Amino acid sequence: MLEIDGIELRYGAVKAVRDVSLKVHKGELVTLLGANGAGKSSTLKSIAGVLKPVRGTIRLNGEDISSLSPEQLVRRGVAMVPETRDVFPDLTVDENLQLGAFSRRWNTRAVEATRQQMFELFPLLAERVKQPAGTLSGGQQQQLVIARAMMSNPSLLLLDEPSLGLAPVIVDKIFEMIVALRQSGVTILLVEQNATKAMKISDRNYVLSLGRVAAEGTAAEIAERSDLKSIYLGS
Amino acid sequence: MGIYIQFLIDVLSLGSLYALMALGLVIVYGILKLVNFAYGELIMVAGYTLFLLGGSPFPWLAMAVVAVLMAVLTGIATEYVAFRPVRSKSVTAVLITSFAFSTLLQNSALLFISPRARTVPLPSVFSDTVMIGGAIIPLRNILTIVAAALLLTVFSFIMKKTVLGLAMRAAATKFTMARMLGIPANLIITSAFAISGLLAGVVSLFWLGRIGSVVPGIGLEPLLVAFIATVIGGMRSLQGAVLGGFLLSLIVTTLNYSLPPELLKFRDAFTFSLVILILLWRPDGLIKGPATGQRT
Repeated sequence: MLEIDGIELRYGAVKAVRDVSLKVHKGELVTLLGANGAGKSSTLKSIAGVLKPVRGTIRLNGEDISSLSPEQLVRRGVAMVPETRDVFPDLTVDENLQLGAFSRRWNTRAVEATRQQMFELFPLLAERVKQPAGTLSGGQQQQLVIARAMMSNPSLLLLDEPSLGLAPVIVDKIFEMIVALRQSGVTILLVEQNATKAMKISDRNYVLSLGRVAAEGTAAEIAERSDLKSIYLGS
Repeated sequence: MGIYIQFLIDVLSLGSLYALMALGLVIVYGILKLVNFAYGELIMVAGYTLFLLGGSPFPWLAMAVVAVLMAVLTGIATEYVAFRPVRSKSVTAVLITSFAFSTLLQNSALLFISPRARTVPLPSVFSDTVMIGGAIIPLRNILTIVAAALLLTVFSFIMKKTVLGLAMRAAATKFTMARMLGIPANLIITSAFAISGLLAGVVSLFWLGRIGSVVPGIGLEPLLVAFIATVIGGMRSLQGAVLGGFLLSLIVTTLNYSLPPELLKFRDAFTFSLVILILLWRPDGLIKGPATGQRT
């Protein structure tokens, strides 16, 4: 479904990603692991169209999407949850969700169905529909941004560090929800610092180091290679 | 008694215009984090449209609608000509292009029409007066207040209840995030310029109603006023812009009423001193508005 081939990403003169190639098949949950600055978030941003690769290609279902804008990518089924969370603080929970469905806002029936699904998956949000999103706790905001991304009915969900800065109990909950989302059929590319937890739920993993792919494989394969531990566990 | 009513109406009618002007400026600033320096020319364009339609057989209201539409179109044109081509480049580039577009419009008026003031057609209601509680009030001041109240209500409805309005508010706080949800950047920016043009166009009608004629430089004062009102009210808040507009009008009108004639010509110096005091007390403006991150 998603094929990245030898991309290089830069912020001005700084190379964030030197040479990354990876594949995500339909229905998979793939994790990107690696230390801070390894290029995980930048890779996600390039798939979402926020960061344009200077070299290499990104293909979605065979189509080259490297030069598309973020809004065009949403229409092709890509939804991104950035690590900064970015709820719209002065809009209510409901309004945030409504904007998540912007690309298919005319299809009111389908949007309403997804909204109900999200309320089943995230019951906390259902109780707080009229509350400004800025007043939610960190864990609640994380649930809101995931639900909001799902409102566009994506086929590929990009999750950047959903556990960042959350209490352990909440982190467990978020991971349960990711598993539930995956079971609902959406393909997920997950970036996580919390390698142990992430590998437990993922089908395959890529370990990034200094802007390159250092290893790929299932959790067992990655765990076997002791030389990688210092890279992805950040110790 | 009469003087108080007169004062109140003066504050409210001038404040209505200031508030609408400020709102037109801040709606674009909120999204692009850039001041549209060609904003005053939207008022000029509406003015000259009215002047050019002066001899036509159409009723005044139809001319007014065309004038407002021209302001809307010019607003959208500003975006296409001055902002879109250089938006991703640098702040300086956009500042220069928006100044350039402003100069271009002003000079076209100088060249093709006249540097001298041109009288615009106005309906008789603009020169009628009414007696309220012993005060003689120009009817146009009442009309200004009513029109502003209507426009603010419609504007507030759009921003709070429609998806486009919500998307614009979202884009004003987190533009990239809004795009990642599928909200097209160009749609939002063009809408902001169109609304800005609509507000400027309506302001223009009532501004002309006060002064009666249009000159190429007519846009400078409204631009300044709008800019100061948004600075007082808070650059990031729509409510702030409205509040700032009314507050500025309160200051100006109070000085008009209370300064002795020999000091009246220094009125603007007094006004700006007060503005500086307000900013010393509240450097971010009266209403802070949602924290905003990146420029687009």
